Amino acid sequence: MLYREAGDFKTSYAADSQTFPIAFDRYRYWAVLAVAFLVVPFFVNDYWANAILVPFLIYAIAAIGLNILTGYCGQVSLGTGGFMAVGAFACYKLMTAFPDVSIVIHLILSGVITAAVGAAFGLPSLRIKGFYLAVATLAAQFFLVWLFNRVPWFYNYSASGQINAPERTVFGVPVTGPNTEAWAQYLICLVFVTVCAIIARNLTRGTQGRTWMSIRDMDIAAEIIGVNPLKAKLTAFAVSSFFVGIAGALFFAVYLGAVEVGEVFGIQKSFLVLFMIIIGGLGSIFGSFAGAAFLVILPVALKLVGVDLLGWPTDLVAHLQLVIIGALIMFFLIKEPHGLAQWWRVAKEKLRLWPFPY
Amino acid sequence: MKDTVDSYVTADGRTIGGVMMEMRNITLRFGGVKAISDISFDIREGEIRAIIGPNGAGKSSMLNVISGFYHPQEGEVWFRGAKRPTMKPYQVAQQGIARTFQNIALFEGMTVLDNVMTGRLNKMKVGMFGQAIWKGAAEREEVENREAVERVIDFLEIQAIRKTPVGRLPYGLKKRVELARALAAEPKLLLLDEPMAGMNVEEKEDMSRFILDVNDEFGTTIALIEHDMGVVMDLSDRVVVMDYGRKIGDGTPDEVRNNQDVIDAYLGVSHD
Repeated sequence: MLYREAGDFKTSYAADSQTFPIAFDRYRYWAVLAVAFLVVPFFVNDYWANAILVPFLIYAIAAIGLNILTGYCGQVSLGTGGFMAVGAFACYKLMTAFPDVSIVIHLILSGVITAAVGAAFGLPSLRIKGFYLAVATLAAQFFLVWLFNRVPWFYNYSASGQINAPERTVFGVPVTGPNTEAWAQYLICLVFVTVCAIIARNLTRGTQGRTWMSIRDMDIAAEIIGVNPLKAKLTAFAVSSFFVGIAGALFFAVYLGAVEVGEVFGIQKSFLVLFMIIIGGLGSIFGSFAGAAFLVILPVALKLVGVDLLGWPTDLVAHLQLVIIGALIMFFLIKEPHGLAQWWRVAKEKLRLWPFPY
Repeated sequence: MKDTVDSYVTADGRTIGGVMMEMRNITLRFGGVKAISDISFDIREGEIRAIIGPNGAGKSSMLNVISGFYHPQEGEVWFRGAKRPTMKPYQVAQQGIARTFQNIALFEGMTVLDNVMTGRLNKMKVGMFGQAIWKGAAEREEVENREAVERVIDFLEIQAIRKTPVGRLPYGLKKRVELARALAAEPKLLLLDEPMAGMNVEEKEDMSRFILDVNDEFGTTIALIEHDMGVVMDLSDRVVVMDYGRKIGDGTPDEVRNNQDVIDAYLGVSHD
């Protein structure tokens, strides 16, 4: 049969702790990567890139980041939008201050800067938990947006208060600015999402992941086995913010090109990414992708069905979308806190035994 | 330090070494309540030391003092010949003291294997960047520690549930997994807070066997709190008896059994 682990024996502990222990999963992973890198770039057009693929990839990075903090380490954060703004503005300042340095380095540095800011805002997490921490991160969200609005240095004293991405190239191909081709946008995001996902997976399957999860599941017991809670939480905030910062930088530089901070990185963005990981699955890298895909595709699909097919007014469909997302959040929180990723896992377990019940 | 030198051999042929941990005049107060008043005792290298007493005697508080959750207002803790400064629990763990809890404190969302692997966090030194790359140092370290963990898993006979999430296990097995996590750290001193609580006779027998085997094979020093007198008297080399935060007896099981204060505390005494 297709999906079997029978006969797929492991003879070393290294083989047992790999990312995809089942051979079929491994082949599927390579197939997806091959299609994403070698096939899609030749067919992607502006509509697909802008409406679905690029936002999906960028939100996937942000969702991975938040999932590390909330899903793996158990620290609720409502500051994602603010941290994305830090990434975006760090990228903008770096791009304008050092025009000769590669954009790739700028994007990574934006992540590093955001990591430092995230760790600073993570300091209260040692003392406060749950709702109270959520409120503290909410303060970070509003403070950061206010800061980028009010201090003209951040937007280089431009009259509109907007930041605009100048044109930058990778191997001679423009990836930011108005002349960017859809496939270039798509590819640079794809490279970043692939690397980020691999890093996140490596961190979460090993020592660091166990440290975070031990804090999430029972912080007292974590302390008794030798986990320094402050260090564990701060590293979670830093790593999480690193990914979120890169997502913010890509969102600004590659996807939008021009950003007004209050509009783009407001509280809605924090909630959107939080919904992604709730629907996708807390504590799962795959869930981050599933959630990002779901919430990016849902509005597009609704518009397609509602406006184009059924002829409903646009505002009705927009409101309907909010209702549906709200209902879904409640459904997932009550029925399936592990999200779409858990459905995927259950489906796989069933498939493994099919056609026998057990 | 007093009498650190003399070691002796027990009736069943185990060597008990010098003093490993010494509690000196420990007093612990919560506001006006004195949980522990002026208690001193020692734990010798390689022995099984029991702390017993009626409910509310301060046994668990004592264990919490040893593992760094509570900081006594008076008194000193000496560990391996040095006075221990005020320490956080994770620092105590790094010194080589592991423990289990009365009401199991496992990581419910993780598999048995991951739970036991957390016991070795202190032994894993590869930094974040090494782990992010995974290939090379991090993978090697993971495999080395996995081998050590598999030995503990074999020892405690929990191979079959390796990949099961802990939340799905029955109570008795959870207790065993918690012991496995503590053992994976290769502790010098192992603290067990009521390892037999809520178990049936068969499970108690299993657990007793594991405790004796741990002590015998790894030479781990064990301090345990237990209510089952039969178990305590059979397992331990020496017993401390506490009542109302005071120490009322200390010695071999036989000495303690015949101590009038201990009998009074357990059976009650008429006040006339």
